[in-house]
Amino acid sequence: MPVESIFHRLEALLPKVQKPIQYVGGELNSTVKDWDSADVRWALMYPDAYEVGLPNQGVAILYEILNELPGTLAERTYAVWPDLEALMRAEGVPQFTVDAHRPVRAFDVLGVSFSTELGYTNMLTALDLAGIPLLAVDRGEDDPIVLAGGHAAFNPEPIADFLDAAVLGDGEQISIAITEVIREWKAEGRPGGRDELLMRLAESGGVYVPKFYDVEYHDDGRIKRVAPNRPDVPWRVHKHTVMDLDEWPYPKKPLVPLAETVHERFSVEIFRGCTRGCRFCQAGMITRPVRERSITTIGAMVDNGIKQSGFNEVGLLSLSSADHSEIADVAKGLADRYEGTNTSLSLPSTRVDAFNIDLANEFSRNGRRSGLTFAPEGGSERMRKVINKMVTEEDLIRTVTTAYSQGWRQVKLYFMCGLPTEQDEDVLGIADLAKKVIKAGREATGSRDIRCTVSIGGFVPKPHTPFQWAGQADHETVDRRLKALRDALRGDKEYGRAIGYRYHDGKPSIVEGLLSRGDRRIGAVIRNVWEDGGRFDGWSEHFSYERWMAAAEKAGVDVDWYTTREREENEVLPWDHLDAGLDREWLWQDWQEAVSGGEVEDCRWTPCYDCGVCPTMGTEIQIGPTGRKLLPLTVV
Amino acid sequence: MQRLRVRYAKRGRLRFTSHRDISRAVERAVRRAGIPVAYSAGFSPHPKISYAGAAPTGVASEAEYLEIGVTTPSDPAQVRQSLDESLPSGLDVLDVVEAGPGGLADRLEASEWEVRLPGADRELAEVAAEKFFAAGTVEVERLTKKGPRRFDARQAVLGLEVSEGTDRTAAQVGGRPCVILRMVVRHMTPAVRPDDVLTGLRLVADFAPPVPPEVTRLAQGPLDVSTGALADPLDLDRDVTRGGEAGPAGEHVAG
Repeated sequence: MPVESIFHRLEALLPKVQKPIQYVGGELNSTVKDWDSADVRWALMYPDAYEVGLPNQGVAILYEILNELPGTLAERTYAVWPDLEALMRAEGVPQFTVDAHRPVRAFDVLGVSFSTELGYTNMLTALDLAGIPLLAVDRGEDDPIVLAGGHAAFNPEPIADFLDAAVLGDGEQISIAITEVIREWKAEGRPGGRDELLMRLAESGGVYVPKFYDVEYHDDGRIKRVAPNRPDVPWRVHKHTVMDLDEWPYPKKPLVPLAETVHERFSVEIFRGCTRGCRFCQAGMITRPVRERSITTIGAMVDNGIKQSGFNEVGLLSLSSADHSEIADVAKGLADRYEGTNTSLSLPSTRVDAFNIDLANEFSRNGRRSGLTFAPEGGSERMRKVINKMVTEEDLIRTVTTAYSQGWRQVKLYFMCGLPTEQDEDVLGIADLAKKVIKAGREATGSRDIRCTVSIGGFVPKPHTPFQWAGQADHETVDRRLKALRDALRGDKEYGRAIGYRYHDGKPSIVEGLLSRGDRRIGAVIRNVWEDGGRFDGWSEHFSYERWMAAAEKAGVDVDWYTTREREENEVLPWDHLDAGLDREWLWQDWQEAVSGGEVEDCRWTPCYDCGVCPTMGTEIQIGPTGRKLLPLTVV
Repeated sequence: MQRLRVRYAKRGRLRFTSHRDISRAVERAVRRAGIPVAYSAGFSPHPKISYAGAAPTGVASEAEYLEIGVTTPSDPAQVRQSLDESLPSGLDVLDVVEAGPGGLADRLEASEWEVRLPGADRELAEVAAEKFFAAGTVEVERLTKKGPRRFDARQAVLGLEVSEGTDRTAAQVGGRPCVILRMVVRHMTPAVRPDDVLTGLRLVADFAPPVPPEVTRLAQGPLDVSTGALADPLDLDRDVTRGGEAGPAGEHVAG
């Protein structure tokens, strides 16, 4: 039976809402398939507004891969803003996909990609609007499998009650594998119903089904153990790692939206994973090992992406893009190719060294040299050793001076506040650093027309990192240090006016900390917040700290216990049964090293230090150089 | 520099595109189509594409106009095809001509609008239209970016016909009967839009449609004041450049 489009019902509501274009679909390169041409159907959700969700690479890649698969269709759905939500409730219009405007409840799977924990309440809105019961245990045979992925899924425990399943790591291969399990089960006439399907997925060890695990607690609230409650369910669930990214050159048909989105460019992931070893960085820990795309694949993807999309900007993405083994040749090759075409190139996420200036110069060859961004993260040398961000003050000053003297006018510096062992003087060190940067820049250029912006946010300890045991700084401490830093910057007569200051206050970080390292008891808090009207928690104008605290109190949850409390070595952590490949003993040892100031080198260039990922996951570092060069193309 | 004048339509669900959305989509389509668009000089070069009086967000149109500057002479017919193929379906290129002398915006003196009112009462609509016409002026208020503004919605309206049909968006589920208003409205400052006329109908006769109207611009161009008819604004370019080859000026695609 074909499922009817709800578009005619939605259409009557659109004249009454802000930016209606975000709900109508019709993007270039989007795919609409006949409902009956597929026997497995995915609704893919990015749980934030369309303008944020549309450019998300994870969803775009899975959308394309699943739609390429015979007998399979995938459509996209995003969080609707409160104005449309209210109208949909009043008119009984369900959560819909933007591709064919089909009701989300009609699909086999609702896959939700969580880059951040702050999308949890938006998932609840979508489930509720879709008519899908919020709790997994209340769902019936006609409800989709609600499946979480993305970085936040590495600790899905706070949303475990709302999920049927979760997947850790790279989604390309596992989404296909899940599709085939569902196809087989449906072809057999759905034996054993929903429960058997979930069992088949869980048995593989590659899909986490929370309800097949019981959590036991000590009297003091700590977790005693997490154990499977059925035979054949594995004790631990492992992450997925795609090897040989050249075999997966997605997106091939980039989605080009009509609505304005946060990233208006074609993005190519030039490598996945990072082994710099920054101890605060969850992404760098859970995406190991480093797997590069080759220079020739990158060149072909950029060429194809520009032709397919008409974008005039290309972003080369990764966790630390200047670390690609052939980045200099990539930069030069692309800059040569697109010289004079009004196509610009950008390289987000770069590290602090002079080599980066060369790259930035290459990328700005026919454009302007406006701003460069560096992330020293810690304000003092001591702090940077604790987080294993090995940048000396001399490195930073030298790099920034080079940038100013080569015509860059503005340098942005990123820092974190509330890092483990941090003292007031570590944060105040940022002011000294910024002043030295301006001083050196003025001396090098002989000009006062240079600026530096300090941008600083609160640190949140994350699962699967050496800081997973750390006590998070309370928001009073963070706010006090941020204010002291502001006063130190603004009060300076000589340099104050050349230094900009942007900061985020400490309260949202506490909520993020609660959700990041929470366990299943946090589900009640999320639900309370949502029932109290919590939506779009990643947006400061919608976020309410007071609402979260009231919800926690109502649920009997002690927020400090989850956030500012330091954990003991052998406390069972809520995510210990979820395997990112990292050896727990190595993580603990690295945490101890952090406190004592020990540094870890990058394993791409030094011997393996046994973090555990490669042997556990059967993976290996895949890097160049290939020695190949980009050939010039005829560019239209 | 050769300039090409483009007539395009904004149809169906793509009527919800804003003017900014359209300009981004056109820039990308021009690049994909390989049209040799000229860029402005300076610090951040912009493609030379200009727009004449865009229809509001949510309003469909069969007659929107833009102008593209190109660096090498291009065949209008070919540009029409390649640009249409590169734009999403619903932003459809209807006509391309090489620009002759004179500005395009000056020729767009008035618009013909179609307003579909599902579930509205025809007799009430006719009474309201008569009262509206009988009035010398009908002051309406609209919220603009500068705050609420009062102006006359009556003088700009040259014709207002009432008929009946079915509402087009719901056609896929059976189609509801609706009242259709057709009006020719002169372009003035401040602009009088179909929703201002609807406000006027409510003020003079308490005529209020039950659901939001579906509005389509059918044509815009030079106005023959004696007949109230609109000419194709690109005809003047065709006369100059190619001796008057007929374009699809009368083509009103329903959909």
